[in-house]
Amino acid sequence: MVNIIDRRLNPKDKSLANRQRFIRRAKRQILDAVRDVSARRRISDVGQQGEESISIPSDGLQEPSFRKGSGTGVRRHVVPGNKEYQAGDRIARPDGGEGGSGPGGGSPDGEGEDEFQFSISRDEFLDLFFENLELPDLARTELSRVEQDGVRRAGYSVSGSPATLNLTRTMRRSLSRRLALHRPRREEILELDREIDRLERSGKDPERLRELVQERERLSRRSRLIPYIDPIDLRFNRFVPTPRPISQAVMFCLMDVSGSMTEDMKDLAKRFFMLLYLFLERRYRHVEIVFIRHTHIAQEVDEETFFYSRETGGTLVSPALDEMDRVVRERYPPDEWNIYAAQASDGDNTPQDNPAVIERMERTILPVCRYFAYIEVSGERGRGGLTDLWMVYERIARSGRPLAMRQVRRRGDIFPVFRDLFTPAELRN
Amino acid sequence: MPHRTEASAKLIYSGPDWDYPLIRRAFDAIERIAVDEMGLEPYPSQVEVISSEQMLDAYSSMGMPLFYRHWSFGKHFARDEMLYRKGMTGLAYEIVINSNPCLCYIMEENTMTMQTLVMAHAAFGHGHFFRNNQLFREWTDAESILDYLDFAKRYIADCEERYGHTAVERVLDAAHALMTHGVHRYPRPRPLNLKRELERERERQRFEESSFSDLWRTLPRRDPDEDRSDPDLDARQQRLGLPEENLLYFLEKHAPRLAPWQREVLRIVRLVAQYFYPQRQTKVMNEGCATSVHYAIMTRLHETGQITDGAFMEFLHAHTSVVFQPEFDDPRFSGINPYALGFGILKDLERICTRPTEEDRRWFPDIAGNQDVLGTWKTAWAEYRDESFILQFLSPRLMREWRLFSVLDDTDADAMEVEAIHDESGFRAVRRALATHYDLARHEPDIQVVDVDLAGDRQLMLEHRVVDGRRLEGANTRMVLRHLANLWGYPVTLVEVDARSEQELNRYQGIAPDPTVT
Repeated sequence: MVNIIDRRLNPKDKSLANRQRFIRRAKRQILDAVRDVSARRRISDVGQQGEESISIPSDGLQEPSFRKGSGTGVRRHVVPGNKEYQAGDRIARPDGGEGGSGPGGGSPDGEGEDEFQFSISRDEFLDLFFENLELPDLARTELSRVEQDGVRRAGYSVSGSPATLNLTRTMRRSLSRRLALHRPRREEILELDREIDRLERSGKDPERLRELVQERERLSRRSRLIPYIDPIDLRFNRFVPTPRPISQAVMFCLMDVSGSMTEDMKDLAKRFFMLLYLFLERRYRHVEIVFIRHTHIAQEVDEETFFYSRETGGTLVSPALDEMDRVVRERYPPDEWNIYAAQASDGDNTPQDNPAVIERMERTILPVCRYFAYIEVSGERGRGGLTDLWMVYERIARSGRPLAMRQVRRRGDIFPVFRDLFTPAELRN
Repeated sequence: MPHRTEASAKLIYSGPDWDYPLIRRAFDAIERIAVDEMGLEPYPSQVEVISSEQMLDAYSSMGMPLFYRHWSFGKHFARDEMLYRKGMTGLAYEIVINSNPCLCYIMEENTMTMQTLVMAHAAFGHGHFFRNNQLFREWTDAESILDYLDFAKRYIADCEERYGHTAVERVLDAAHALMTHGVHRYPRPRPLNLKRELERERERQRFEESSFSDLWRTLPRRDPDEDRSDPDLDARQQRLGLPEENLLYFLEKHAPRLAPWQREVLRIVRLVAQYFYPQRQTKVMNEGCATSVHYAIMTRLHETGQITDGAFMEFLHAHTSVVFQPEFDDPRFSGINPYALGFGILKDLERICTRPTEEDRRWFPDIAGNQDVLGTWKTAWAEYRDESFILQFLSPRLMREWRLFSVLDDTDADAMEVEAIHDESGFRAVRRALATHYDLARHEPDIQVVDVDLAGDRQLMLEHRVVDGRRLEGANTRMVLRHLANLWGYPVTLVEVDARSEQELNRYQGIAPDPTVT
C-alpha cells in the first residue's frame, strides 16, 4: 500500500538558514552592490519593489573543484546532427570558446562564473542599505499628527436632508410597519373589485354583493389611514465631522550645488534624502518629491540633474527658498499637502543674503512646513567652525520653529542624525 | 488491438484535476502493470505532494529532503529561484530519492496525467533502477540514508553551536572543494548505519586522545646519514596507505592538525559524495530506464482503456519534449540529453530483440532476436553503468539515426578534426569516444596523495596523472589546494605528471594554508 503524503503544508523556507548563511558570507559584495544600486537609482525607487535584483562579483563565493582546463591537451566531442562532415574534415574552432552552438559547445567543464546574480527581498535590501541600523525603530517615533477636517459615516438618523435619505433602511421599515398593521395589499383590493364587478353584472346574490362592497370600503379606508411610507419610516445616513490625517505629502529637497560641494557631500545628502523619503513613504499614502538646486540662482530640476549635473556660481540660499515657495503656491496648497523640506548644504552663504534668508524662512517657508530639516555636510575634513548658514538657522530655530539642524560628516552619521531629527520631543527626554 | 479486459476497462480518471483517491487509483493501476506484468522490483514508495517553492528548496540541497546547512546551498537556491521566477528555467516534474521507502516528490501544479506519468517514471522506473543496479547495490544503502542525513544535519548544527559558524564553514568549504575526490572507487565501504556511526564517532574521540600520530615524530627514525632512498618512501607510503586517491579519506585519517569534530565533518561530506557517486555514473541509464518504464506503462494504460485518448496525447506531448535531442548546430543544443540517449538506446534494444536486422545480428549476436525485451533490459539495468552501457549497446542504427560524429579537439592544432562519423568505419570509434565521455574516471582528473615530507616541513605531495595532455585549470586548482592546505595544516604541493611519459608538466609548489587558520 503506497503512502501518499501532502507535504505542501510543511513549513516553507526550509532553505532560509542556508540563505542567511549565504548572505552573511557574501555580505561585503552584497553591501557594495546595494550601495551601487542605491547610487544608480532614483530616490523614490529605493526599496520600492518587492524584490531587488542584484549581481555581485563571485570572489569568495566560488565553489572550486579540481577540474581539467580547456586550454591544453586533446579532447573528443561526440555530437549528433552531422550534415556534411566526413572523417578527416577540419573544422575551425568556434570563437569564444565555451558555450556556443558549435561542436563542443556547452561543455560541462567551462563553468565560467564571474558575476553571480540573484534577488534579495525588500527587507533584506533595506537592512543592508542602512547597514543594520535599526530601521524598525522608526515605527515608534511619531511625527506630530497631521489632521484635516473631513466627514465620516456614522450610522443612521431619523432626520436629515433628502439627499442623504437611506432608501433601503426606509423601505425596510415601511414594509415591516405595513405588515404589522395589516395594511391591505393592492392585489387584495383588486381581487375584491373584480368579484364585486362579476356579481353586479350577474345580478345574483345581492346579499353577498352588499357585504363585499362594505368590505371594499373598509379596506380602502384602512389603506388611506395607514400610509405606504410614513414619516416615522424615514432614515437618513448620518455623517459626523472627523479630523482626518492628510494622506499625501511632498518632500522638498534643497541642495547647494555650487563648486564647494564635493561628490562625497552630495552622496551624503542623497542618503539623507533617501532616508527621509523612506520614512515619509511609510507614513503617507502618497509622497511626491521636488528637487530644487541652487547656486546663486535656484531652479526646480529632475533628480538626475539634481545629483549629477555640475553647476558653477556663487552661493545664495534665499532664491532656493523663493523657488520652493513658488512651487508650494502653484502645486501644493498646504491644507492638502503635508510639506516637508530637507536642505543639504556645506553651510556657505553670501553674508548679504542672510537677512533675506531669515525673512523668507520666518514668513513663508516655516509656516507651511511640517518639518524643515537642515543638514550640513562637511565631508571628512570638516571645518569644525560654525558656518554662516548654521548661525542664521540657529537663530531661527531658537524661536521654536519646526526646524532641525545637524552636522554630518560620514555615512555612519546619517542615520543617528536622522533618528535624532525625527524623534519627538517627548521621547527625547 | 489488445483485448480490453473487464477488470481494467474502466478509466482511472478523466479530467485534468487530481485528488488523493485518484492518485491512489492511478498508483495502483501503474503498480499492477509495473510489478505484475513487467516484473519490476522497485522499493516500496512514498509519494509526497509538494509545492513549487518546496521543489526549489529541494533543488538547492542536492534533492535531498534534509541536509546539513551551508551557504553554497543558499547560493544555489538564490540562483535557481531567480531563474525560475524570471521564467528562464522550468522545474523538474519530480524528484526521486534513492531510499527505502523510495521517496517520490510530485508537484501540486501538475495535471493528473502528469502525476501518473511522474509516478510511473520515478516510483517504478527510478525505483527499480536504484534497487537493482549493481553500482547502487554496491555503494549505497537505501535503508539508512535518511537516518544518516538526519544524523549529519544534527551533528553539523551541533558543531556550529559549539565551535562557531565560521569554523564549521571553513571545514565544509574545504571538504566541498574536495568532494569530487572524496570517493572510493574500488573497495566496498561499510554500509552506513546511524548507530554505528555514533559509536564510531565516540570511539574516534577516545582514540585520538590516547594515540600517537606518526606525523608528529620528531626523533629521526633512522640514521640521518643513511641514503634516503626508496625503502624509506615505501615504508612511509605503507604506513600512511599511500598512494591514496580519496583525498577526503586520507585527510580524515591522517591530517595531523584536525580536531575530531573536523574529521567527522570530512567524513560526512565524504559519505555523501560516496552516496551520490553511483548517480553520477548512471545518469543516462537511470533516466533511460525511468523513461522507458513510464513509456511502457503509459502505453499499456492507454491500450487497456484506463486513460483517455486525450490524456495519452498529453502524455506523448510531455514525453517527446523530455526526450528531445537538438542537433549540434541548433541554438537549443547544450550537450547530449541523457533522457534522449538512454531512451533511444533502450528502444533500439527492444527493436534488436524483436525485429533484428542482419547488421544487428552481426553486432549483437547474443541478444538479437531473443524476443525477450524485458529480460534484456533488466540485465542491462542491473549490470552496467553509463560508460559500459553505451559501449555495449549503442547500435550502428542509432548512431546513423542521430547522425553522431566525433570531433577531435587538439589544442595544439589550429583546427578541430572530424575523427569519425556514423559510417561503417567510424561506428566503433564514435561509440568508444561517446562512452569515454561518460567515464568519470577519465572525465575527472586523477589526483592522488603520493608522499608526505615527514622529515622536513610535513609538506603533502600530490600528483596529477595527466591524460591526453589535459592539465588542471589554474585558478580553480590553486583555490582547491588552498583549501586542502587548510585541512592538512601544512603546505601542499601538486605535481602534474604525464601519465604516459612520466614527464613533469606543471607544478603548484608549496601552497600554504591561510594564516588565519591556526
